[in-house]
Amino acid sequence: MSESTATAENKLDQPLGQKSVARPSRAPGRARRVKERLTSPWATAAAITIAVLWTIPTFGLLVSSFRTPEEIRSNGWWNIFVSPSFTLENYLEVLTVSGASSANLGQYFVNSLVIAIPAALFPIAIATMAAYAFAWMKFRGSGALFVLVFALQIVPLQMALVPLLQIFSGVLGISGTFPAVWIAHTIFGLPLCIFLLHNFISEIPGEVIEAARVDGANQTQIFFRIVIPLALPALASIGIFQFLWVWNDLLVALVFSGGTADVAPLTQRLAELVGNFGRNTERLPAAAFISLVIPLIVFFSLQRYFVRGLLAGSTKG
Amino acid sequence: MTSEFWSDLLSKFGLMIVGLVVFAAVVGLILFFADKAPKRGKDIVVLSAFLAPSFILLGVGLIYPAVRTTLLSFQNRNSTEWVGLQNFEWMFSEPTILTTLGNTLIWVALVPTLSTVFGLAYAVFIDKSHGEKVLKSLVFMPMAISFVGAGIIWRFMYEYREVGFSEQIGLLNQILVWLGQEPQQFLVNSPWNTFFLINVMVWIQTGFAMVLLSAAIKGVPVEIIEAARLDGANAWQSFWSVTVPAIRGTLVVVVTTISIATLKVFDIVRAMTGGNFDTSVVANEMYTQAFNRGEFGQGSALAVVLFIMVLPIVVYNVRVMRQQKEIR
Repeated sequence: MSESTATAENKLDQPLGQKSVARPSRAPGRARRVKERLTSPWATAAAITIAVLWTIPTFGLLVSSFRTPEEIRSNGWWNIFVSPSFTLENYLEVLTVSGASSANLGQYFVNSLVIAIPAALFPIAIATMAAYAFAWMKFRGSGALFVLVFALQIVPLQMALVPLLQIFSGVLGISGTFPAVWIAHTIFGLPLCIFLLHNFISEIPGEVIEAARVDGANQTQIFFRIVIPLALPALASIGIFQFLWVWNDLLVALVFSGGTADVAPLTQRLAELVGNFGRNTERLPAAAFISLVIPLIVFFSLQRYFVRGLLAGSTKG
Repeated sequence: MTSEFWSDLLSKFGLMIVGLVVFAAVVGLILFFADKAPKRGKDIVVLSAFLAPSFILLGVGLIYPAVRTTLLSFQNRNSTEWVGLQNFEWMFSEPTILTTLGNTLIWVALVPTLSTVFGLAYAVFIDKSHGEKVLKSLVFMPMAISFVGAGIIWRFMYEYREVGFSEQIGLLNQILVWLGQEPQQFLVNSPWNTFFLINVMVWIQTGFAMVLLSAAIKGVPVEIIEAARLDGANAWQSFWSVTVPAIRGTLVVVVTTISIATLKVFDIVRAMTGGNFDTSVVANEMYTQAFNRGEFGQGSALAVVLFIMVLPIVVYNVRVMRQQKEIR
């Protein structure tokens, strides 16, 4: 059983569209020989150039966020190498000072968390149930229904925004509340979650499920005692991916959150602040890093899961 | 932190916990009653219990809205009258919208190409080098952050100050000054500003291309490369005639995936220029028309155009994936 989980996990690590090639174990000496031939000093120089170019923008903003407001306004971050300085003033200002004209990011940070946690859990839970039904319950038309779910990934978010907002404000009266944002994210996440989890859950060996059935377990018991524990690695990968997707989203938030400090997430506040760049110049570096801190923690600590979610879930949106 | 902040925090997390509990209770009850259903017809009850939540949500939230948006695109601004193809005629006669459509085409031509070329080159250069993991993380990192965050990072790179008014605070303009050039308003001067926005998207997507292609390159058996070398091929030749054909499937997925993401790009444009200075793209214009101007007919028409643009790429993508699956 653990072996089959391992195969399935390996499958998650395979990029989409790539044939799985049985990789023969390489003799160490041989690998080194090939390596020597492939790397040239020019290639290394080019790689380091790209790495530096790609890192400088983020690094510059990080440095800026620790400079005093006057310094941020008057000259560039590279001057820190000439006249070093360090302050946490900007972070304190954007997080804690409250009032109409301040950034208020503390509140928005809470909103982001309150939006993203349920909006990652809901679609995963519902999708796991549907994926199990598609994979292990035999019924007529299951193939056609599954194709329908798959096809729904084609529909861009933009196609659903106006009518869904009308339903939320007209029929349900929940526009501009947390539940509206949760439900919207759940709906938009479902097609991909069902599709990916189905791929995984259908790989569970039939003997395991059959054995449980012989022991007298019914569908619900099989679902909770066998399918969910075996699918946990996949649930984690897809859950992390969905969480980051929600955390980084701007469009759904703009349309469904109502845009106030009561509900709107960080991304929305940042977009507002950057819309008046001149007035918020010294706040923006710190503000941006507050919104980046959670994704960066997730990225560096769970990179393996993140990469899997990405390999699998890149077509979302 | 004020006490106001803490009470706000408590009430919001309280609401979240209530939401989670209600959700768990609803799902739990559905499954519980399905489990307790009478023997006759139990299969069908259990099946619908597992499928109904998904299909109700998808039906109400995606299928019905997509159909309705298509209908709205043939109606006037507040959906009171049918206007035929007027919204589409407007789109192709209004100069600003034509610019928007043109920009979208430039985006979708450049972003996938450049990201894939940079990503592939980088993946090859760092393959089996010392510190490969760190080098990968550096280029991959932009993929984890939000488009809005990336927008802010690059706003500072592009920032312009008038000469004599103050020192430059944007690195790119400072470099121009160091080289003795005039500083530029990168985000204002059309048509070049679109290319500077595209640069941000390339910066984000290169990491994605690199990670997928790197995994694919590692899957190419050393033996074939070795054999090509023994036959006298140099590094360049063996790359083009052995590695590239072997990773063709992944290349297709990378290019199509980035194309789809690019067509739907909204946040970067919204955060950096708001679609001003001739930089708008279809996804941004759709939002502006529908939600800022209340032109639901025109906004819906733009959404339909977006759907039509994405459709062939997704269909192609699915076909390639299914072929690969058959080979597997």
